[in-house]
Amino acid sequence: MIGSLADLLRRAWRHPSGRWGTLVLLLLALASLLLPPFLADPAAMPDVVAGATPPSAAHPFGTDPLNRDILARLVTGGRISLAIAGLAVLVSLTIGTLVGLAAGYAGGWIDALVMRLVDAALAVPRLFVLLLLLVVWERIPLGALILVLGTTGWFATSRLVRGEVLRLRREPFVEASAALGARPWRTIARHLLPNAAGPVLVAATLGVGDVILLEAGLSFLGLGVQLPTPSWGGMVLEARPLLVSAPWTALFPGGAIVATVLGVNLVGDALQAALDPRSA
Amino acid sequence: MSAPRLEVTDLAASYVAGGFFRSGRRRVYAVNGVSFALGAGETLGLVGESGSGKTTLARVILRLTPASGGQVRFEGTDLLSLDREGLRAIRRRMQVVFQDPYSSLDPRMRVGETVAEGLLIHRLVPRREAPARVAELLDEVGLPPALAERFPHELSGGQRQRIGIARALGVDPSLVICDEPVSALDVSVQAQVLALLATLQRTRGLSFLFIAHDLAVVRQIAHRIAVMYFGRIVELAPADELVANPRHPYTVALISAVPEPDPDRRGERIVLEGDPPAPTLLPRGCPFAPRCFHARKDARCEREHPELRPVAGTLVACHHAEVDARPLTPYP
Repeated sequence: MIGSLADLLRRAWRHPSGRWGTLVLLLLALASLLLPPFLADPAAMPDVVAGATPPSAAHPFGTDPLNRDILARLVTGGRISLAIAGLAVLVSLTIGTLVGLAAGYAGGWIDALVMRLVDAALAVPRLFVLLLLLVVWERIPLGALILVLGTTGWFATSRLVRGEVLRLRREPFVEASAALGARPWRTIARHLLPNAAGPVLVAATLGVGDVILLEAGLSFLGLGVQLPTPSWGGMVLEARPLLVSAPWTALFPGGAIVATVLGVNLVGDALQAALDPRSA
Repeated sequence: MSAPRLEVTDLAASYVAGGFFRSGRRRVYAVNGVSFALGAGETLGLVGESGSGKTTLARVILRLTPASGGQVRFEGTDLLSLDREGLRAIRRRMQVVFQDPYSSLDPRMRVGETVAEGLLIHRLVPRREAPARVAELLDEVGLPPALAERFPHELSGGQRQRIGIARALGVDPSLVICDEPVSALDVSVQAQVLALLATLQRTRGLSFLFIAHDLAVVRQIAHRIAVMYFGRIVELAPADELVANPRHPYTVALISAVPEPDPDRRGERIVLEGDPPAPTLLPRGCPFAPRCFHARKDARCEREHPELRPVAGTLVACHHAEVDARPLTPYP
């Protein structure tokens, strides 16, 4: 049996992959959050003629073709990439939870209709929808990009929440609450949401990895974060012609993407394992 | 005699089950024409095998499942016609204790929060005073007040069931429906919980509708016992009378399944063959006829449905209730 949410987090932390994943993510997040003020201006081009220079004391990760400091761009881009991923997942989590709750709680034809629509939406590849939207909407602002990523990512969450609600509604403790005279909102807030939180947390964690990859992919195609603004995907795009002559220009942003997705998936795996009653 | 606390008249619950396509759907008759009355401070035991409609009956009375016909009067109020707010108000007077002490408590809530839930829903005490009231309730069900800080998974089955009882008592009900409250517990813990329920009945004047599949448990606590089969009451009698002189063959079979410690009084266990009819079909005759071992079973049993009728101080739904249903051979 699952205890409290704190208990779940504690068990996830005890899982080795949970600890490693958390450390990796913490390192990336702290670097992005704290380092930028101490580093060079990510837009500064001290010596444009020199172009891409390999890592040195002045530029620990080297410079890009425009002689901008890669470390400074990496941590500034990290702020943007991580913020996009976090906010987009927050958007899709909110929509997915609300839709799933509504469908699961209402039941009947509302549930059937909403879930068939979700099935239909899930059948369309997300990347295809995003490409279509972004090709039409040139030079998309950051806020809009977050909304677009968030509103295309909630379908699976809504199905998950709806399933949890259907399962929980049959639980005697939920019926006992109704038999005590609890109004629906009370049952939802006190019993349904807290008990559905575990699986939703796992889905959200894994969702962060998806969005990081999507955003990087879109930015690499020039459709995501728009160019002077640094982002990890955009940095790889700019490094593409130099893959052989200046590999460090692609290596560091690429490595950051891989590390983040890996960290997020490790944490997700650990949460999933902690949620499994058999591991208790 | 004053009006009974709970009066159920010709209650029916059926629902449509089955597939996405119309052709796959079937109407399931879970409860069919059930009538009984329950007085103040009385315990009515409800026994029957799984699927006999006991739990559905309880859920319909609690209005957790809709009824498809009949009437339920509780303390003079027609329960089935209440609107949402009227229902919320009356839930204070009518509570439930569930079978499974594991799933009947929210795993993410501290015991104190669970017990306080009803108090806060009905604003019976100011939020500040809730912990003190919770401590009193825990004490009343024989638990130390310190348990309020624990989570359900830290407690034993018996402790959890007591918490379920404390939660029900919090809103000060007059009727508690106990749906197999001790079936999931060890025998020694069963006895303790049954003793607690008996004490609470005395001190609070509670009425119990006590559901169980185990006749040995029900006869310990019930004043009268109703036997359900296939969604109907087939026999209703005072507890001692029902056990001493069962009149319906199904009751006879149930009693034969109760272990008897005295070898001289031990009869042969009757093992019923076959299953009850499918709940989607309403047989024309007696629903028990296909499994009946009554010596007088005849063509009428297959043809004509036996109504519940008074026979020597009990109510029985059997065409041949006047004749002892107990098989002769195993008795020396």
